[in-house]
Amino acid sequence: MSVLHLAILLPLLAAPFVPFLFRALKRIHTGWFVLIVPTLLFVYFFRYIGITSDGGVVTETVRWMPSLGINFTAYVDGLGLLFALLITGIGALVVLYSIYYLNKDKESLGHFYVYLLLFMGAMLGVVLSDNMIVMYMFWELTSISSFLLIGYWYEKERSRYGAQKSMLITVFGGLSMLGGIVLLESMVGSFSIREMVANQAVIVDSPFFIPAMILILLGAFTKSAQFPFHIWLPDAMEAPTPVSAYLHSATMVKAGLYLVARMSPVFQESSLWLWIIVSFGTFTLFWGSFNAVKQTDLKGILAYSTVSQLGLIMSLLGLGASALHYDGVDDNIFMVATIAAIFHLINHATFKGSLFMMVGIVDHETGTRDIRKLGGLMTVMPITFTIAVIGSLSMAGLPPFNGFLSKEMFLKATTKVFSADFFALDTIGLVIPVVAFIASVFTFVYSLLIFTRTFMGKPHFEKLPKQPHEAPIGMLIPPAILAVLVVVLGFIPNVLSNTLIRPAVEAIYPSLVEGGQAVEVDLYFWHGITPELLMTIGIVAVGTLLFFTINKWMGIYNRIPYRLTLNGMYDGTLVWSNKAAYRFKDNYMTGFIRSYLIYIFVFMSGMLLISMWWFDLFNFSFGEMAEIAPYEYVLGAVVILSAFAILFMRSRLPAIILLGVVGYGVALFFVFFEAPDLALTQLVIETVSVALFLLVFYHMPDISKKEVRMRFKVGNAIVSVLVGVTVMLLSFMTLSNKSISSISEYYKENVYELAAGKNMVNVVLVDFRGFDTLFEIIVLAVAGLGIYTMIKFRTTAQRTKGEDEHGHEAKK
Amino acid sequence: MDMKPKSDKRVNDVILQTAAVIIFFIIIVFSIHLFFSGHYSPGGGFIGGLMTAAALVLLLLAFDSKTLATVLPFDYRRLTALGALIAVLTAMHSVFFDLPFFTHAYDKFYLPLLGEETLHTAIAFDLGVYFVVIGVTMTIIQTIGESE
Repeated sequence: MSVLHLAILLPLLAAPFVPFLFRALKRIHTGWFVLIVPTLLFVYFFRYIGITSDGGVVTETVRWMPSLGINFTAYVDGLGLLFALLITGIGALVVLYSIYYLNKDKESLGHFYVYLLLFMGAMLGVVLSDNMIVMYMFWELTSISSFLLIGYWYEKERSRYGAQKSMLITVFGGLSMLGGIVLLESMVGSFSIREMVANQAVIVDSPFFIPAMILILLGAFTKSAQFPFHIWLPDAMEAPTPVSAYLHSATMVKAGLYLVARMSPVFQESSLWLWIIVSFGTFTLFWGSFNAVKQTDLKGILAYSTVSQLGLIMSLLGLGASALHYDGVDDNIFMVATIAAIFHLINHATFKGSLFMMVGIVDHETGTRDIRKLGGLMTVMPITFTIAVIGSLSMAGLPPFNGFLSKEMFLKATTKVFSADFFALDTIGLVIPVVAFIASVFTFVYSLLIFTRTFMGKPHFEKLPKQPHEAPIGMLIPPAILAVLVVVLGFIPNVLSNTLIRPAVEAIYPSLVEGGQAVEVDLYFWHGITPELLMTIGIVAVGTLLFFTINKWMGIYNRIPYRLTLNGMYDGTLVWSNKAAYRFKDNYMTGFIRSYLIYIFVFMSGMLLISMWWFDLFNFSFGEMAEIAPYEYVLGAVVILSAFAILFMRSRLPAIILLGVVGYGVALFFVFFEAPDLALTQLVIETVSVALFLLVFYHMPDISKKEVRMRFKVGNAIVSVLVGVTVMLLSFMTLSNKSISSISEYYKENVYELAAGKNMVNVVLVDFRGFDTLFEIIVLAVAGLGIYTMIKFRTTAQRTKGEDEHGHEAKK
Repeated sequence: MDMKPKSDKRVNDVILQTAAVIIFFIIIVFSIHLFFSGHYSPGGGFIGGLMTAAALVLLLLAFDSKTLATVLPFDYRRLTALGALIAVLTAMHSVFFDLPFFTHAYDKFYLPLLGEETLHTAIAFDLGVYFVVIGVTMTIIQTIGESE
């Protein structure tokens, strides 16, 4: 286990200590301790820049399940490092911010920071794992921690709704991705991404190329909130604002972009790859920005804006694939798309992060995020206002901020379709710059709305829940740092070019780099009068016009009835599937355990008999039977007689005792057959279960005497005879058919050699088949806790009901 | 709801109670013996855990759940979690030594008086199993027994 692995796992290792710190040191905000983790990690990963900027990579492997090809291989290259720095850097700022945002006396910080660290570790694992199964595991862990964080204020109905929605959608995508991973593995024979890239030719020729690609993209699109899966992101805004800033704008939603970038070398030769990503990305870009304008909640605007910006980066990653089809050697003009994607990804993290924190401040200090109530805050919150202006204008794509640079590059990349002579890009592809233009206009409009509606106009503070004032300094530092970055990166963007952007782009184009093409990143403001500059001017002109006439065209948003919106469809599907499930369930769930036993037994006998018949295993031979000793006859008779006698018992106590007799009889058989472990286990199980029966004995209803109809009894009799016959046949069959040599010889030989034990049963349990035992005890633990919660919840429900009834009686 | 006074159900069970206290310790000692002897002779975490649970159930039957809770104030749900944690960590420890998941380690040690003894990480795993079995059995019995 290397330092790199420990670094990735550090947040997960630190998480268990958080609740104890929270409880033990009440006076200090837990966030201060948590802050150490991302800060350390940021410094640690920062040192890797030196390696990756020279084109170097770092690989460390820990063997996890080598027999299945699953190893925890940490792999740091330009792309992974960029994300790792975003995760830890923004993470540190968000934790600092949360210290002032969340009250240490009112909030359960113990939970909050555990979830946050869980997420941080999971996210680092996603971007730094080379093995796709390991990556998938971390991927789902980000979904789970996001679910927990969205539902952090779980008393609120909207929080639970949003948490469930995000979970359903992202886990659906995650499972699809798992399918894609399995398909890819079946082609290449390895889960390693580098192996897949190396064997890219095999994958392209495979008949499962398209299914694998679509499944992988489903994972990416659901995570990165691409249309039509974007609907979970606005509802995820129920999470505390630091979480929204961190997970739902800067890092987690970019996991999908990471996946697309990472898998680009594998898939990007296909025209389908380019077209799917570009069309979904571009439409998401438009749809997000279009919908952002109508939002009245500041976080709602930012949520849709994030959707739109994710679409922008996604479409850039798609367009970047065209670089592979460029014929020239020098100055590959299509690379600009990928460079822009990476650059915008960084920029988006800075300006969107600062905007989210700004909204958090407004919410915290005024008590509302509704732009219809806010206004005129400029005078009381000048610093927050400055941050808002810088962030918004950068988002709108105006100079001199970093958003302008990457937005220009985006527009430039879209206009490159004119010079592409493949994949019909120069014909149908002409739609792309048009949609980009329209979407940018709406982006401009909502960016203006954010700070004008909040900070300008007439103040009417009496309508606000709280008297507004400037936020404490600690809350202002994190967004201020990001705002400073927005400006600094606008003026000297080239600090990023060779340190972060070029290595990341090179990781996306391994084949071009090997082919000798240089990735050149040079960022600057003035390119002369170019088409993209003219487009920007057009965007500002049309955007300003729309901004001032906004009340005249807002009506278009009310045209679509709710039922037909994506949210309406999502809700409808949930309600419908719930109803259908209930209807199906009510058909067979009678509430009587005897019905369920009948289902189980009939199914068991049926499956066994059918498979015995299918494999033709009815040729019994009784040659190798041992003599039956007289005492075995006696014991057998006792067991059979007591089993029969149970049927005729009129009350429970003797029935339980007789059942015990059967159990102890079987235990005695084990003793005769020299299986002490089995005998011991059977004895103790029998004892405990008889005791359990006696314990619940008082609560059971009496056996009703007239309960059964004759027909019912006959049916039960048939089932029980069937089960008995099946089990008998099964045991004859196992005795007679020994086609495979028994594994017990292997155990006998190796028990002492390999595991240093002499009791074979126990060694098998804890060592040879230790996985089984591990999973069994986990299942056991889950079952135990399940029984606990079921019974406890039932009793509380009954108690409250009972109290209500008492209340009614008192009134009478 | 059952409103019958509790005392109706209780009979004079002095003999049971006196015997139970003595037998309890015998069973506990035996269960610990079973647990430790697991690797070489019949026994192990599963049986040991069940046996300990059986001893606790005996006390539960002889006295009642409240008495048991005051005498042995364990939170059995936590015991379950602790056991599962021990088992998972034992399985995981080998990863830190660059060996595949769930590789056991053992060595022989010379102890004064006892002579040569083997120490095996399997016992830590078995301890996890032991705790989970006790925890789950007692959780189930307690919740069912208490839910009136």
